[in-house]
Amino acid sequence: MIHTRNLPFVATLGIFVIAYALCVLQFPNMLSTRVIGNLLTDNAFLGIAAVGMTFVILSGGIDLSIGSVIAFTSVFVAVMVGTLGVHPLTAFVAVLVISTLFGSLMGAMIRYLGIPPFVVTLAGMFLARGAAYLISTESVPISHPFIDTIQGFYYRFPGGGRLTALAMLMLLVFIIGTLIAGRTRFGANVYAIGGNQQSAELMGVSVGSTTVGIYALSGFLSGLAGIAYTLYTSSGYSLATVGVELDAIAAVVIGGTLLTGGVGLVAGTFVGILIQGLIQTYIVFDGTLSSWWTKIVIGFLLFVFIVLQRAIIWYSNRKLAEGRLKGV
Amino acid sequence: MSDSNTLLEARSIGKAFLGNVALDSVDFTLEQGEIHALLGENGAGKSTLIKILTGVYSRDRGTIYLGGVEVSPANVAEAQTLGIGTVYQEVNLLENLTVAENLFLGRQPRRLGLIDRPKMRRRSKALLARYGLDIDVDALLSSYSVAVRQIVAIARAVDLSGKVLVLDEPTASLDAHEVEMLFSVLRKLREDGLGIIIITHFLNQVYAVADRVTVLRNGRLVGTRKLAELPQLELISMMLGRELQHITRDHQSQDETVKDAAEATIRFEGYGRRGSVAPFDLDIRPGEVVGIAGLLGSGRTETAFLLFGIDRADSGTAIIDREKITLSSPEAAIAAGFGFCPEERKTDGIIGDFSVADNIALAIQARQGWARPISSREKRTIAENFIKSLDIRPADPERPIKFLSGGNQQKAILARWLATEPRLLILDEPTRGIDIGAHAEILKMIERLCAQGMSLVVISSELEELTAVAHRVIVLSDRRHIAELAGDQVTADNIMQAIAASAHTEAA
Repeated sequence: MIHTRNLPFVATLGIFVIAYALCVLQFPNMLSTRVIGNLLTDNAFLGIAAVGMTFVILSGGIDLSIGSVIAFTSVFVAVMVGTLGVHPLTAFVAVLVISTLFGSLMGAMIRYLGIPPFVVTLAGMFLARGAAYLISTESVPISHPFIDTIQGFYYRFPGGGRLTALAMLMLLVFIIGTLIAGRTRFGANVYAIGGNQQSAELMGVSVGSTTVGIYALSGFLSGLAGIAYTLYTSSGYSLATVGVELDAIAAVVIGGTLLTGGVGLVAGTFVGILIQGLIQTYIVFDGTLSSWWTKIVIGFLLFVFIVLQRAIIWYSNRKLAEGRLKGV
Repeated sequence: MSDSNTLLEARSIGKAFLGNVALDSVDFTLEQGEIHALLGENGAGKSTLIKILTGVYSRDRGTIYLGGVEVSPANVAEAQTLGIGTVYQEVNLLENLTVAENLFLGRQPRRLGLIDRPKMRRRSKALLARYGLDIDVDALLSSYSVAVRQIVAIARAVDLSGKVLVLDEPTASLDAHEVEMLFSVLRKLREDGLGIIIITHFLNQVYAVADRVTVLRNGRLVGTRKLAELPQLELISMMLGRELQHITRDHQSQDETVKDAAEATIRFEGYGRRGSVAPFDLDIRPGEVVGIAGLLGSGRTETAFLLFGIDRADSGTAIIDREKITLSSPEAAIAAGFGFCPEERKTDGIIGDFSVADNIALAIQARQGWARPISSREKRTIAENFIKSLDIRPADPERPIKFLSGGNQQKAILARWLATEPRLLILDEPTRGIDIGAHAEILKMIERLCAQGMSLVVISSELEELTAVAHRVIVLSDRRHIAELAGDQVTADNIMQAIAASAHTEAA
């Protein structure tokens, strides 16, 4: 039996399967491991960031700083490795510590100063973007044997597709994210806070540490997404990834997570990413469509899903009323 | 008093919010294996006391002993660990989680660091089986009825805490069958030796399930009594009246004849709304004060909501000056010349950040329509007039109203409606939460207004207040208008008799 709360996820999955089937009917070549491998690699950094965003939205919040943190991370890593000659691993660790601290700080402000997440993370967005400009306004190329090794590492599918290190990293993040959301107390607390913060508090959930944890996780994953982006483009550029947070929100919402919080699945976000990737791939295959069609279709899908979510809330409220009659 | 049976003891608990005393030296004891009802009107201090006992608020004064040991729970989690669990009326559990997730939130069984769902399911099943509940624990909580949710909440609280169970209005949205189901659960827990505190305003339920009762009034302890030895009339008088012999009627009886002669210009016939208030007739004459009395939950406020068009009546007619009118919204009611000062002044009455002048001008502006804004000079003149005539302090029309005391806020809301020169003003608990001096002034103002020919409907849980100002009193019980008292019949005694009589027939 499908839970009402999983209905949006099932709907998303259905839409993806149908859309993919339609694409394959038109372009049979789209059904290849090569396409799938590229799709995963191209969207790896977005997927990683979207996992963090899923937790934030599940808790009823929002994180607008993601795109800027990715840009900051990529510039930071590029300058450290490319200009200062630091070993990439050291740079990675340093930048992950910075982005996690940055996220925790935003979480603490949201919780302890009572400032809405939108405002705090908006400030964070400007701050991180500004810090990126401060480091360098140029595109900084990066090359290091270690990075070449990572970029050269892949698993070859039958059929010629490549599962790159970046794609593996994203899949790993999704798997761990699913476990955290579904099988840890932290995850349960995130759903509880998103459901009703006051109730959660009265039930003994430590709202403070959970909130800080959520934004710390989102900061960490933004940092990781930044590293993935650096590896993907072999450079760091402070003007890059503007608006990526919005793509991440779109993936989360299309994946069936309620923007009001409390309901959704990390796996749904994965499907949301796949749908975005599918549209881009279709446009590449078609060759005549402008890439802006991606945005148009995403916009349309968002509308559809928000309406769908409304309908589900309406439906479950009605069931609630009937439930009262049902009794025991 | 160190009875070996005493489970929880609170001594001279005191609490004030921003200078307003919410609890004044209240004593409370709970014994093992006892169901103890906590009664009182809105604002009597029940919730404050409960929140202090369960660690939501910190107390200003007093001590709490649990099993003879002094405790000071700093938050809900600590109270739970100490053994005090709470089930709130509305916000108790999380509807977006499953039953099992709700039962074990924060203490899920784990294996290798991950939540062990099969084990959680088994334990949930076993836990609920003890309450005679066999349900799918993996279904969302929102798919179950309120009664089931309530029992799940109790199961969680008892499993977590195990000594004291506090229930805040647990029966408010249950039907009779569900209430009985809940009560049998409570009786079983009592046998297990738990101490149970139950807040409710249904007197027959108090008698049905509780052993003792503690009544609070205006933040003070009225008394703790064994229910088996307490007649219902006496309980009602504990809740509503101070002492019966003190009640005197200082009303000029000469105007009774005048009022009877005058024709009722505002009439409600068979006016009612399903699930809110049973159909009633109400005639209001010019210059008359009609009091509405009844216990909490009897339909007092619901009646006001109907009269003012906040809730739409589904039966009956409203007639003003022999003309039928439809009160479909507050806007329509204002157009008909009605005004309403709600009970919840802070949430429904004032707009805290607006100035006194803006708050006063709201209703008159609403009446004029938003297309014709009142100039700020006009606003100021109106405000200054009322500040002078009602003696609102401080006399600064530009001060945000949230900085005024309760009594002055209430006067400003009165001014808001007086500015529209209404023919009927409905006052719901006009003197709640304001100090004695302002209290007397507001009562005087009511008399002055009706002398000018304005009609008033006054809802109050203070019987002395009603008997002092009202020419007629409508008595409500169980959402029905059960009696109308006029002239010399208007005494606190008669009102209580009427309420008690109806409660008896209900129980029978």
